[in-house]
Amino acid sequence: MKNILKNTLAGALATLIAGSALAADINLLNVSYDPTRELYREYNAAFSKYWQAETGQSVNVRQSHGGSGSQARAVIDGLDADVVTLALAYDVDALRQHADLIPENWQSRLANNSSPYTSTIVLLVRKGNPKNIKDWDDLVRDDVEVITPNPKTSGGARWNYLAAWGYALKQNGGDEEKAYEFVRKLFANVPVLDPGARGATNTFVQRGLGDVFIAWENEAYLSVEQLGKGEFEIVVPSVSILAEPPVTVVDKNVDRKGTREVAEAYLQYLYSEEAQRIAARNYYRPSNPEIAREFADKFVDVELFRIDDVFGGWEKAQNDHFNDGGKFDSILESLTKR
Amino acid sequence: MDANPDANARDHFEVNMSTATRKRRVIPGFGLTMGFSLLYLGFIFLIPVGGLLLYTSMMSWEDFWRAVSHPQVVASYKLSFSASLIGASINLVFGALVAWVLVRYSFPGKKVVDALVDLPFALPTAVAGIALVTLYASTGWVGQYLTIFGIKVAYTQLGVVVALTYIGLPFVVRTVQPVLEDLEAEREEASASLGASRFTTVRRVILPSLLPALLTGYALAFARAVGEYGSVVFISGNMPYRTEITPLLIVAKAEQYDYPGAAAIGTVMLIAAFLLLLLINGLQWWTQRRGL
Repeated sequence: MKNILKNTLAGALATLIAGSALAADINLLNVSYDPTRELYREYNAAFSKYWQAETGQSVNVRQSHGGSGSQARAVIDGLDADVVTLALAYDVDALRQHADLIPENWQSRLANNSSPYTSTIVLLVRKGNPKNIKDWDDLVRDDVEVITPNPKTSGGARWNYLAAWGYALKQNGGDEEKAYEFVRKLFANVPVLDPGARGATNTFVQRGLGDVFIAWENEAYLSVEQLGKGEFEIVVPSVSILAEPPVTVVDKNVDRKGTREVAEAYLQYLYSEEAQRIAARNYYRPSNPEIAREFADKFVDVELFRIDDVFGGWEKAQNDHFNDGGKFDSILESLTKR
Repeated sequence: MDANPDANARDHFEVNMSTATRKRRVIPGFGLTMGFSLLYLGFIFLIPVGGLLLYTSMMSWEDFWRAVSHPQVVASYKLSFSASLIGASINLVFGALVAWVLVRYSFPGKKVVDALVDLPFALPTAVAGIALVTLYASTGWVGQYLTIFGIKVAYTQLGVVVALTYIGLPFVVRTVQPVLEDLEAEREEASASLGASRFTTVRRVILPSLLPALLTGYALAFARAVGEYGSVVFISGNMPYRTEITPLLIVAKAEQYDYPGAAAIGTVMLIAAFLLLLLINGLQWWTQRRGL
């Protein structure tokens, strides 16, 4: 009996050792948000090839996707991420505020506010644009149903909300009251609040709910070209927000695991010409102006404003709008009293 | 996966009901098994719950009260508890009916129906939620016909009730079934041969024997529904104040890094669950006293 146990254990151990010898030299975990699945699938393959050629080491990058906020929370609660590539700076900054995993200057460590690619918020409508939606103004009409996820839980939805708010500010000469009223009317047209961006995409595309879907540009293109080919059209509004999804190495984790060098190279390489082209192919706007010119016909030229200029940065926007007792809460409250 | 999950579930309830009677210890190994049980319970139950209470205890009373009495939170309690109550009530009637059919009659495919009752136990609730919303959305198989009559299910409070009814069904069936099996059909025949009408037989003979089991199943289905998350979030639409259930609100708070706020609402749910279990145990005690 004892012998059998011994042999089994030895066998298991041998398998484990053999297994790990066959596996990659280095394992990286990239914790990202919902719509980057396709982007990083392609990029990880390219980076592995590059790193193998550079150093001879094979590297295997694992991916984790989900709502940006919940992904940040998972890392704070101990998910062993080497790098995070989230939807907005506020969620990355939470790693510093709530767990001290990254230094204060994290966003200045890489070019372009640590955002190798950018995106924006556009409107997706059904084929032929039956409700004739041209711009943000049409979203507050009484006969239009709008789909957007919940800004409390979805990073993408916060961009959506701020894009609409910024548009209204611009239309009304910076009048906050009027912007509030505009966004309030917009949310009065929202029948469903999905917790995440992918869920909202499914609500609009698969369930057929709503007339217009406020979406990441890349998510909108994905719907048009892959999920429901020919069933949707993209409407680019007159003004939108410049969405900068930042990336960073998780210092505490890479120092403990000894993966700093490769993790930093992984993010650095996002700025290479090859990676910039991969980003553009996956409908993210490249930060490299030359590559951006190459794909100029793919991305509509639209007037973009920055969150720092209009809302005073994420910290302030979060406090004013999305935290408990903020403007979004007040909008929800006023909508129930209809 | 167990080959016969329904028998398993039934055993579970029977064991629950009989452990209350205290027996002399004839089986050895009490110390070891007790030690293991305590360790096991400690890890999977006491530590998480202790952590929840610890988080809550770090809040001042005012903060706690503000977190749990916000109108949005109160609206979610109302929805969670009322929809669970309705769902459990529906299950009380139809679950009893299903159990009755499964025990009293034999028909082709009975084994299949019996096994299907356990499906809500086994199927991931997210799958159930997606399936339900596919059926009941205004473009869905069922939803498109309901829309003709102006009935909207998906993304309304009715949708929440539908999901909570679905997940609660096995609880009533599986508590009533064993009791019904023990109830000899002869008693009904005796009642009939003594001149009782069908209605009287049901009211005076069957219902009194079934009542404790029905109430236990009802309470279990209700308790399960109050805590349900996975299936509801897909079909409810998650609109604050209207179709937002309490568990979703807890998740939303945690995702905003508001751990104390999430813990405070969690504590309210914990207390509610505790009171429910107290009720269930009270019902079981009552069942025993009546010698069933």
